Amino acid sequence: MAKHPTPMLDELEKGPWPSFVSDIKQEAEARAKNEKGLDYQIPVDCPEDLLGVLELTYHDQETHWKHGGIVGVFGYGGGVIGRYCDQPQQFPGVAHFHTVRVNQPSGKYYTTDYLRSICDLWDLRGSGLTNMHGSTGDIVLLGTTTPQLEEIFYELTHNLNTDLGGSGSNLRTPAACLGKSRCEYACYDSQLLCHTLTNEYQDELHRPAFPYKFKFKFDACPNGCVAAIARSDFSVIGMWKDDIKIDQEKVKAYVGGEFAPNAGAHSGRDWGKFDIEAEVVDRCPTSCMSWDGSTLKIDNSECVRCMHCINVMPRALKIGDETGASICCGAKAPILDGAQMGSLLVPFIPVEEPFDEIKEVIENIWDWWMEEGKNRERLGETMKRMGFQKLLEVTGIDAIPQHVSEPRNNPYIFFKEEEVPGGWTRDIADYRSRHQR
Amino acid sequence: MATVEYAGKSFEVDEDGFLQRFEDWCPEWVDYVKESEGIKELTEGHQKVIDFLQDYYKKNGIAPMVRILSKVTGYKLKQIYELFPSGPGKGACKMAGLPKPTGCV
Repeated sequence: MAKHPTPMLDELEKGPWPSFVSDIKQEAEARAKNEKGLDYQIPVDCPEDLLGVLELTYHDQETHWKHGGIVGVFGYGGGVIGRYCDQPQQFPGVAHFHTVRVNQPSGKYYTTDYLRSICDLWDLRGSGLTNMHGSTGDIVLLGTTTPQLEEIFYELTHNLNTDLGGSGSNLRTPAACLGKSRCEYACYDSQLLCHTLTNEYQDELHRPAFPYKFKFKFDACPNGCVAAIARSDFSVIGMWKDDIKIDQEKVKAYVGGEFAPNAGAHSGRDWGKFDIEAEVVDRCPTSCMSWDGSTLKIDNSECVRCMHCINVMPRALKIGDETGASICCGAKAPILDGAQMGSLLVPFIPVEEPFDEIKEVIENIWDWWMEEGKNRERLGETMKRMGFQKLLEVTGIDAIPQHVSEPRNNPYIFFKEEEVPGGWTRDIADYRSRHQR
Repeated sequence: MATVEYAGKSFEVDEDGFLQRFEDWCPEWVDYVKESEGIKELTEGHQKVIDFLQDYYKKNGIAPMVRILSKVTGYKLKQIYELFPSGPGKGACKMAGLPKPTGCV
């Protein structure tokens, strides 16, 4: 018998999609049975009280978590999101319900051994509920009490060799697409870069020193499988410089119907016979492709590397050999002054260990933003306020046409004094000697 | 809200152990909090940080940004964590009696 009646939540056990309600109930039941005989360190009915408070929320249509919460572990300024229920007498199991962010491996590959050890730790010292994973990438351990935080941290670091993730005004946990591990489009080892920079900037991740949060994300090609351009202040997106590699025989195999376009991604519906003209050549955004019935040609000097042709014919078209990445900056959600996606800063940068070129760009940006950024101002907003030109100056990058989608159409143009013959110091009397009042 | 009794004084605090009212702050508060913040002995360095946080809060009505705290006290962030193991927000601001940090923490 459940501790609290949950008629509304029970509705969410119906239907085909995996039900979070059924799963939480299952965990609640397992904790009640306690077949392993664990000495639970937080209330055994924590998941049941969570369902109870959620049912109340469904009823009231108002959240029942108090504002904020500042908890953590010694040495770090972030990593734990404190949370307290605003009905602690009614739901004592979730009076404390803190979230622990745990740094995940790049690409989120696991062994069952590792996940079991995390679960063993969390079964004993937490609610048994998780989020796999938070949208920034962390493993999220959902719900524990303050006294358990140092205990969890000790076991994570000493037994599991695992650290916390980031929270607060700092470098948040970086994330990458699965890159070269299982994708033929990967232009660089996004997992390695993610892992290396995470280690390099541990200090910035654990001890908030920034005006506001800052995120890294690493996409190994422009398809953007980790959405770097929308969800990171500093996005590294794989790119190549030379020509797309064409296997003409395989192009013919696509045309002949031997290979399914888009690797069969649209096989759920009859879209007719593959038409290379209509589906590839005519869809190329720069119209730099041609097909004469036997040979596919690409004018690579006009190609913008949008990935469309490669996505449609992955067996016939491959990324170039001269690979690297582009860097875009400033993506953020709407608060305060509107949503932004990353703006192109570096069109092409080599991505090779030890990644010194990329670190230099990062550190130049941080030096500037840490000094000039206002309290709770994202990099994208600092760029807006102080100008893209300023970002170019501090990173030592020359302005090029690729930095804009279009040139400005207002004439409010600032010049530097030294660029203007005679400078700004002028004498009105001298002017009047030529122009009477 | 809980009430804490210490050295003949009483303090109203929230779940995270932050003072509810800045005006309730007194030196005994620092003495009471220091252990839970991993501090054995209070040094001049601790006092310098606490004094600056209080001055800044009284003048500006907010806690200073980390960068300003570093600049004015001359302590690098690393040194601030050596003084206050849970950091400038949870450690130093709590001991100085400032309101709990808010936002996406």
